[in-house]
Amino acid sequence: MYFIRFEAFFKRPYSSYNMSKLVKLKKGFDIKLAGKAEKKLVEFQSAKTFAIKPTDFIGLQRPKVTVNEGDTVKAGTPILFDKALDQVQYVAPVSGEIVEIKRGEKRKLLEIKILADSEISYESFEKYAESSIKSISREDAIANLTKGGVWPQLIQRPFGIVANPDDKPKAIFISGFDTHPLAPDYAVTLKGEEKYFQTGINILKKLTEGTVHLNLNGNAEVPAIFANIQNAQINKFSGPHPAGNVGVQIHHIDAINKGEVAWTISPYGVSQIGKLFLEGRYDASKTIAITGSRAKTAAYTKTYIGACVDPLVNGNLKEDEKSEIAPDTRVVSGNVLTGEKINKDGYLGYYHNQITLLPEGEYYEFLGWMKPTSEKLSYHRALGLLSFLKPSKEFVLDTNVRGEERAFVQTGVFESVTPMDILPVYLLKAIMAEDFDEMEELGIYEIVEEDLALCEFVDVSKHPVQEIVRKGIDLIQYS
Amino acid sequence: MKFLRDLLDKQKPLFHKGGKLENLYYAFEAGETFLFSPNHTNGIKGAQVKDAIDLKRMMITVVIAMIPCLLFGIYNTGHQHFLATGQTAGLWDNFADKAILGLTLVLPIVIVAYAAGGLVEAAFAVIRKHPINEGFLVTGMLIPLVVPATMPLWQVALATIFAVVIAKEVFGGTGMNILNVAMTARAFLYFAYPAQISGDQVWTYLGDKTAVDGFSGATALAVAYTAGVEGETVNAALSSHNSAIGSGLYEFANLFMGWIPGSIGETSTLMALIGAAILVGTGVASWKIIVSGFAGAYIMGFIMNLVAVNEYMAMGPEYHWVMGGLAFGIVFMATDPVSAAQTETGKWIYGLLIGVLTVIIRVTNPAYPEGIMLAVLFMNVFAPLVDYYVVKANKKRRLQRATV
Repeated sequence: MYFIRFEAFFKRPYSSYNMSKLVKLKKGFDIKLAGKAEKKLVEFQSAKTFAIKPTDFIGLQRPKVTVNEGDTVKAGTPILFDKALDQVQYVAPVSGEIVEIKRGEKRKLLEIKILADSEISYESFEKYAESSIKSISREDAIANLTKGGVWPQLIQRPFGIVANPDDKPKAIFISGFDTHPLAPDYAVTLKGEEKYFQTGINILKKLTEGTVHLNLNGNAEVPAIFANIQNAQINKFSGPHPAGNVGVQIHHIDAINKGEVAWTISPYGVSQIGKLFLEGRYDASKTIAITGSRAKTAAYTKTYIGACVDPLVNGNLKEDEKSEIAPDTRVVSGNVLTGEKINKDGYLGYYHNQITLLPEGEYYEFLGWMKPTSEKLSYHRALGLLSFLKPSKEFVLDTNVRGEERAFVQTGVFESVTPMDILPVYLLKAIMAEDFDEMEELGIYEIVEEDLALCEFVDVSKHPVQEIVRKGIDLIQYS
Repeated sequence: MKFLRDLLDKQKPLFHKGGKLENLYYAFEAGETFLFSPNHTNGIKGAQVKDAIDLKRMMITVVIAMIPCLLFGIYNTGHQHFLATGQTAGLWDNFADKAILGLTLVLPIVIVAYAAGGLVEAAFAVIRKHPINEGFLVTGMLIPLVVPATMPLWQVALATIFAVVIAKEVFGGTGMNILNVAMTARAFLYFAYPAQISGDQVWTYLGDKTAVDGFSGATALAVAYTAGVEGETVNAALSSHNSAIGSGLYEFANLFMGWIPGSIGETSTLMALIGAAILVGTGVASWKIIVSGFAGAYIMGFIMNLVAVNEYMAMGPEYHWVMGGLAFGIVFMATDPVSAAQTETGKWIYGLLIGVLTVIIRVTNPAYPEGIMLAVLFMNVFAPLVDYYVVKANKKRRLQRATV
């Protein structure tokens, strides 16, 4: 039997040998916003400080800092680990001096700040030639990944937490495109990293007995970075957001059942793994997109994980000509659906590769609930909501809630933006009622916050959907 | 508008915690948010921008969709009076008089329903400390449209209060109720004060005038039912009905248009369909419920045709669409998202069964000529069961996937 399969491998072209999938999704909604990043690299003043925020790592239960204020670190020096998962090291993104270990209420660890050297020096890790990658064992690979600081890029499903090196995932999934509002284009952010990306895939292949899935946009040309990838199954997805969400893709390729574990990783993480093995160093440099209607220069720029956004924001804000007193600007690390509000001198989130600059929405509007408008985006078409007449318009949205929280009333809307065989409202209600069996049966293992983020956007009753989802996952995970 | 805003901001501290009128906070909040959309911004984590919709806008859309029915109902109330008392024959004769008479009869009912329900709503909000629910915008308009113009105002008030308290507030307010609130109000009237909401005498306002000789106030449903019992073909009975005030009152076209006696807003199938177009076009109501509701009535009517042990059963199924309140009930009552089935598959079944049940009740039940009210309430109760099986199927698919 083995013989026959082996022969087939050589006879048939690779693409017909594996079981590539093409999935067309119809449900969903693209939030078109003004302030798309122009596809060019712009240089800003480089950030002086960098920070690792333990709160970025979901599931990091008992963080333990291994450095003190005043210590000097190199890029790749361990600064933090989780006492509940102590193999995994969280390392410094740049070299420099630890200037502050910021704690909040009840001594909760908030930020570990590093004042960066002008020239980055690196911890050295084992360096491999491209040809010797093949012979690395699974154990050695894992040891290198956990020590080398790139492990937190691997996320476990269910729960969306940092993966446990002791697990054997049934498959590893990579979404090769981001459909979030104003999301960066990997063709720009990962340009020229083909070698590292392929090496990353080769390493990942060692971690699972199943398949490494690379899911690409079926409606767009395959960017150079993903062309000619070996050792991974290429699947294509088309449709509106959330077609690019890895959770949605998993649901259609090989859904997660109770008791199963799969891992996900972003293309950036894959490339970072490649750099660790081929260059022997922890390289936290990343190209991020500066986006949003308030950005004077909306473009891409090179920086490092955890960079202070101050140089990207200060002096890069558009004045609002229309209003007398320009409203304040909100800086969002990440995109507007799943991102996090940070200060103007705050720090880029570990997993984020975009910042979004938006006008704040702290204003009253006379009869705002009744006024016809085509300036405010809506998925709905209820009285006076005319944005559907302008399907290609790029909207300027602010952070106003646009209403008040109410009980669930409208039905069928969440389902229409969730391209999965999941009943979001029932699942959310099960979470609110803390009904564990119901949560499991309705598919809590298949989702994380971002998969239902659109529900939060379109919700008539303004529920904090993502917060509810995380509450449900926590309930299931920790009890 | 700055003046208004300043005024509100000045009064606001009075209603906040520690203020003199702290207890009335939610009443103040309701007024404030009605005038001005609040200045709240999205939280630190999660969606940083939100859709422009809110519950107020959704509810006002339903109210707008009912306006054709309301305006038609106002004029028709006047028209029926003039017709029955023999003052005019033409539809548009005495236009102003009819409209004014209609207004003087209908407007008080609308005002009483909104006032009575609104007060209860506000009282509950203040006592139970929850925001005032916009759902009442719709309920307050629905109730006047499903009662006859001759309804005593105190009964309207009582029914509204009963429905808001028993059908909604005891369950926790809008979004938590099991039964459609407006249908509950009507059912309350139907069983508590049948003399004012059933029979032949209540549908046309006569006032101090007397009806022309040979006038009958029976509704088309009652006429059809009697025909069935007496063995006369329904079509003949309908077309010969009330020849005293001009022929063709219960012809199909006139039934469809709605120039007939009945509850204020329910008579016109055309107006209900205009409302349906608004609701479906804006995506506020489920087209699945509306389509399957009409389909269910037709299918059941057709099955009755096949059995046809009496003349009523032999009546063309399309008549069920235009007689009584079926169209209004399906468009505005059955589609209430809170009391309807909430799964997409469930909505097909729910709507279909409402149509089917309406026709069964109409044709086979001797006590109630109209079936839509009971059908909707009945299916409100059964909607969770329908959903239960749809949700169960979803769970089962997930489970099967795991064991394959």
